[in-house]
Amino acid sequence: MSQAAQEPIRVPIRKDTDLTAVRQHVRALAQRTGFGLVQQTKLVTAASELARNTLLHGGGGAAEISVVHGRTGPGLSVSFVDSGPGIPDVDLALSDGYSTAGGLGMGLSGSKRLVQEFAIESVPDGGTRITVTSWADPYSARQGAR
Amino acid sequence: MTDGATDPAAAGSEAVADLLRRRGEQIAQRWADLPFFQTVFTVTRDEAVEAGHAVVDSLSAVAESGRVDDLEAVGFQPIREQLVAMTASRASSGLSTAQVDREVGALREAALELLEADTSRLGAEEVGEARVQLLTLFATLRVLVVDTMLQENQEIVLRQRQQLLEMATPVIKLWDRLVAVPLIGMLDSARSQVVMENLLEAIVEHKATIAILDITGVSTVDSLVAHHLMKTVASARLMGAECVISGIRPAIAQTIVQLGLDLGPVTTRASLADALEWALERRERKELPTRGNP
Repeated sequence: MSQAAQEPIRVPIRKDTDLTAVRQHVRALAQRTGFGLVQQTKLVTAASELARNTLLHGGGGAAEISVVHGRTGPGLSVSFVDSGPGIPDVDLALSDGYSTAGGLGMGLSGSKRLVQEFAIESVPDGGTRITVTSWADPYSARQGAR
Repeated sequence: MTDGATDPAAAGSEAVADLLRRRGEQIAQRWADLPFFQTVFTVTRDEAVEAGHAVVDSLSAVAESGRVDDLEAVGFQPIREQLVAMTASRASSGLSTAQVDREVGALREAALELLEADTSRLGAEEVGEARVQLLTLFATLRVLVVDTMLQENQEIVLRQRQQLLEMATPVIKLWDRLVAVPLIGMLDSARSQVVMENLLEAIVEHKATIAILDITGVSTVDSLVAHHLMKTVASARLMGAECVISGIRPAIAQTIVQLGLDLGPVTTRASLADALEWALERRERKELPTRGNP
């Protein structure tokens, strides 16, 4: 249980194979932070979706993974940063089945459901930063927050 | 760049070529005792000396052509293969690229010392120019060695990637007209293309009516993986084979639901054994009526 907030791990997302690196880093860090198998799988899956969005829509960027400490224990926060065209209509992009890349259209909306906290900052032509946070023990976290 | 004999650089590299030709034997002898040669050619010392000779000859040819800073110089070609073998041998004894590079860097001392001892034949200015050319030549040799090591590594990576693509997607015949594909690792677009091709071919080959896709070994099922799986299932169906996806672990099942993926039309089972049971039951039910009219 480390007290000090560590430097975030930065994983570049430039090509298809970088997605594997993102998944592996998130999984390894989630395991070390005490995530259960289900929480771990959900966060890794969300990270996989968002990293792919960064690559396909943002033209590449990076993932920043850091351990955070909430009211109820440790968690993991992952930011996906790109300097692409931005998301013109965030609400539309977040609706199920909306896809501009020929996928299933569940990536963005689905990953929002897989994590506890989800934030999009997007500037037209100024890039996008999506930050997701998942807690190792989400149930006590929810009680703590409400 | 080389502009006749008056060009000091050309004169310098000519002096270097001359030195390497005349003192080749001495240099090769001294190199034979350096780790880069000594540890590779362990059987006899003559072997190391001979290898050293080949390198000296090659360097001399490069100096003669005046292209001491050119990796593509023709003179380097004959020793490329030898360098690949030598660096591979050093790398397999656990040396990093940087360590091998340092060993190659140590080779220049022998030549430099001989050049200094040679001053009686050359003027001070010529020695200076020759030294510059000699240093450049050895710097190029170091780059060449690193370059061959990197190329070799890249080839290994490419080869392994190809092997992975082929190895990780076997199609197994489980029963008469029943095939299974155990999927392992991550299903990216390239992998899933291979899986689909292998599966469809196996369906034809084994006249399969049921195919089991087992995803026990797939670490992450995100929307792209699901998309690929569904496309594979749809293509198999077009060929008359029904698919069942097995190996859905509890964590994956919860993730798929929350992600909002609809595997609705696809039959799924928790384990390969369940899928096999389902497949066999299904075949029996289907085959009973057809057996009735031969």
